[in-house]
Amino acid sequence: MRLRKLVWKELFERKNQVVTGLLAILLGVTVIVAMRNITFYSEKAVAQELDALGANILVLPKSVTLQNYYSADIQGQEFPEEYVSRLANSNIQGVDNLSPKLAIPVQIDDRKFTLTGILPKSEFQAKSLWQGAGIFSRPTGCGTVANIPGLTPKDPKETLVRKRVIDTLNENEILVGADVAGALGVKANDNLSLLGKSFSVAAVLPQTGTVDDSRIFAHLHTVQQLSGKGKVLSVIEIVGCCDQISKGLVSKINHLLPETKVVTIGQIVDTQIKTNQMMSSLSLVFIAIIVLVGGAGIANYMYANVRERRREIGTLIALGAGSGFVLRMFLYKAILLGLVGGISGYLLGTLLALLLGPRIAGIAVLPMPTLIIWALMISVIIAVSASYFPARSAARLDPCTTLQEI
Amino acid sequence: MLKLENISKTYNHRHEPLTVFDRISYEMLDGDFISIVGPSGSGKSTLLLMLGGMMSPSSGKVVIDGESIYDLPPNQRAEFRRQKIGFVFQTFNLVPYLSALENVQMPLFLAGLSEIEQKERATSVLERLGLGARLAHKPSELSVGQQQRVALARMLANDPTVVLADEPTGSLDPETSAQVMDFFEEINQEGRTVVIVTHDPSVARRAGKMLRLGDCKAPYDEQAPVWASVV
Ligand SMILES: Nc1ncnc2c1ncn2[C@@H]1O[C@H](COP(=O)(O)OP(=O)(O)O)[C@@H](O)[C@H]1O
Ligand SMILES: [Mg+2]
Repeated sequence: MRLRKLVWKELFERKNQVVTGLLAILLGVTVIVAMRNITFYSEKAVAQELDALGANILVLPKSVTLQNYYSADIQGQEFPEEYVSRLANSNIQGVDNLSPKLAIPVQIDDRKFTLTGILPKSEFQAKSLWQGAGIFSRPTGCGTVANIPGLTPKDPKETLVRKRVIDTLNENEILVGADVAGALGVKANDNLSLLGKSFSVAAVLPQTGTVDDSRIFAHLHTVQQLSGKGKVLSVIEIVGCCDQISKGLVSKINHLLPETKVVTIGQIVDTQIKTNQMMSSLSLVFIAIIVLVGGAGIANYMYANVRERRREIGTLIALGAGSGFVLRMFLYKAILLGLVGGISGYLLGTLLALLLGPRIAGIAVLPMPTLIIWALMISVIIAVSASYFPARSAARLDPCTTLQEI
Repeated sequence: MLKLENISKTYNHRHEPLTVFDRISYEMLDGDFISIVGPSGSGKSTLLLMLGGMMSPSSGKVVIDGESIYDLPPNQRAEFRRQKIGFVFQTFNLVPYLSALENVQMPLFLAGLSEIEQKERATSVLERLGLGARLAHKPSELSVGQQQRVALARMLANDPTVVLADEPTGSLDPETSAQVMDFFEEINQEGRTVVIVTHDPSVARRAGKMLRLGDCKAPYDEQAPVWASVV
């Protein structure tokens, strides 16, 4: 016989009571683990999208809603392309890069994708009208990623993924997002027909984990033509110089283009960040609740257990157990309960996160092994502190009264 | 040697003091076989618990092998119980979720023996009591007589010098009861001091000495406990 064996046997003898006693703590840990898990991946997704985007200011049609940043440019509203030249010819400082886009929905074999028209940098620079503005003749500013000597330069097509800038793109060429390519089974140099026009696939873009994966990119003017809407844009993405943003770049652009909505990424992802923050503080509330409810559940169970085992405790004392042994026996039990609650809470919570993550937050969630440490810590600390007073009352039981009552 | 020196015991019963013993002294010799009889409530169990180091008297000393046990700190008193005292209860008090073997292992476990030693000793004691084929049975799977034998094995496991039994035959039929008394005689012959509390005159007669306790429920000043010993 060992202490561990003794405690396990007793736990198994009264499984149902144990489950009831642990229920609150188990549910609490489950919810916390699930929320932490989802929050972590949702924050990571935001960071990833931001990183992939490169741009930090968007010029959007006045009436779009900002519920979902990533679809802000596919709400079917446009403004004239002429705004780009207005912007390029202005004397606004701190615009490092401009990227006008038009996004329209397309359908291929019952599947819906977004066709996004972009303007390659070569043409952009070639436009005499814009050259004078000198945006691209300026030295690279704070918003561009510098080339680091010694690092192999990336495939030029991949720079779209990182910087949203592409050097060349012919009128009949398209770039295909990784998910689209996967779904349609196309690869580079294949031909693909979109809205009645035949395109050749210039490249399949690498996986980014963002909405870009389910987009198809073509030349802006081609897309404008196919949409039949004329020279319009659904968004201008701007890489703004950070210190200029704080000096009022946004309001200057807004002043220049009063018919548009000019927003920073920060503003747009704000809702998402707010949701995440809410999840964080909500999980704090949950921690407080399980500390109370879970602790009360355990304490209640433990007091009942001590009461039920009075005779057994008296007998053990008669057999030579000291009060220290009785205390250890109940605290050991508390630790075991905490471990059981923590581990099963972690497993259930992870399962919940994996199931709900894609549904409520629209993100893929993976199990996070580090959370098990948190789950165990919370659960064990609660179980042990809630059991301390019941355990002490057991250790202080008068063995005589427990043996005399029949 | 087991000595009661000027023992008094007063309970607080609903805030009323209830004196069960008033300055009694008695001496038991090593190897004595003593039965304690008396009406219900006369203090038999109280006396046994005091002898076993489980309940301190209100005043006076319990001296076992020259040691005043209630002057020891609680931990040493527990140690003392582990090494010298073996208890048997009327209701057996087996741990319900442990097998017969594990129940007998408990005092050995508390005494710090390794698991292998515990099993070896417990098995041999259970075999001595004819329960070699019931090692893995839980108390609920054993007959009443078998349960009492497991309790006897548990008492014997740590090789006590003093055996204290509170109505050990109280819930047994006459035949089983006689077997249990045979067992007590046997372990008494091994040199252990045996003290048995009983209601049953036939059981009491088998002991070498008899202590008769009086009724303490009557008001204390009207009647002092009868304190007699019969050889
Ligand atoms: N823990 C206790 N608190 C108060 N009174 C008690 C307690 N234990 C026993 N008594 C009283 O002391 C007397 C002796 O009890 P006990 O030793 O159990 O007697 P017996 O075993 O001879 O029936 C009884 O009157 C009983 O009510
Ligand atoms: Mg009694």
